[in-house]
Amino acid sequence: MINITFEPKIIAFCCHYCAYASADLAGSMRLQYPSGVRIIRTPCTGRLEVDFYMKAFEDGADGVLVAGCLEGGCHFIDGNLFAKRRVNSVRDLLEECGIEKERLRMVNISAAMAKNLVDIINDMVNTIRELGPNPICNKNE
Amino acid sequence: MIVAQRKKIPEIFDVIKDHRNVLVLGCGTCVTVCLAGGEREVSIISSALRIASRKKGKRIKVNEYTIERQCDNVFIESAAEEIRKNDAVLSLGCGAGVQAIAERYPDTPVYAGLDTAFLGILESRGVWTEKCMQCGTCILSDFGGICPLTRCAKHMLNGPCGGSRVDRCEIRADQPCAWQLIYKRLKDIGQLDKITKRYPIKDWSNSIDGGSRIIIREDHRI
Repeated sequence: MINITFEPKIIAFCCHYCAYASADLAGSMRLQYPSGVRIIRTPCTGRLEVDFYMKAFEDGADGVLVAGCLEGGCHFIDGNLFAKRRVNSVRDLLEECGIEKERLRMVNISAAMAKNLVDIINDMVNTIRELGPNPICNKNE
Repeated sequence: MIVAQRKKIPEIFDVIKDHRNVLVLGCGTCVTVCLAGGEREVSIISSALRIASRKKGKRIKVNEYTIERQCDNVFIESAAEEIRKNDAVLSLGCGAGVQAIAERYPDTPVYAGLDTAFLGILESRGVWTEKCMQCGTCILSDFGGICPLTRCAKHMLNGPCGGSRVDRCEIRADQPCAWQLIYKRLKDIGQLDKITKRYPIKDWSNSIDGGSRIIIREDHRI
């Protein structure tokens, strides 16, 4: 059953050249998205190490969203494609650890797709609400 | 370099689950280059083990440390304090590294976090291939620098088996026929006459059969 009072903590790693700008645009357009989403600006999604995702979950994030440029549109040519492969490998690693892989998701958007970003965030929040809080939180703490 | 790959987290967790403090010990040499057991992988595997441990309601404290080389006593010494602070060590070194640590610390359980695979090279980004089976008597000079023992699925020493299709091995279609490579290479360097040489039965007495090998250099001993 979905717990509607649960406000998921989601770390959104947003590429400076697309998703971060679209989040900015969403603000200008007064589009609302859940307050539990914390945006971290990155120079490129290709900069994101496996460690970043693992530490986010280890430190209690309920979900991690990686938002990079559209495929073929990366400012650094193929950083988002590296990120895609890395995210897929981390999803497998999370499953090995007993964490649902749906908690980590990568999406591709452009700087003009503010509405799409908000839709993606809302969809991610709903997914995490269905999954519940990060299973390692409040255990042995 | 020695090429290894990470074991699955459930397998690693199963061997460390009864310890309270575990040191994940990386190695800065071969396994760093093959992206299996360097400082970065120590951090990733430690994180994964902490998550797996908390998921199962355990209280395992996973600590991280990386030394330059696990197969050398001089470097192992630098990890002494860290090892003493923990109940067990999960070594991310190759098989030699794990054994070197275990020998140096007889009272500390030492576990292997990697599967040591082979002696090979980085073929392209993210792809490693085996090049040497360490037979103990190198025959590369006679085969244009391509090892028929390692790279031919049937270890043929006197010409191809005849089963290859175009230039592919009949056992492993994803790999080239070693003898095709040897022929081309010998032709390119003008040593094709070597291919007609009848090669004697391989002397395996210097290989692994009969126990682990040892090399003693009297001129270097103290």
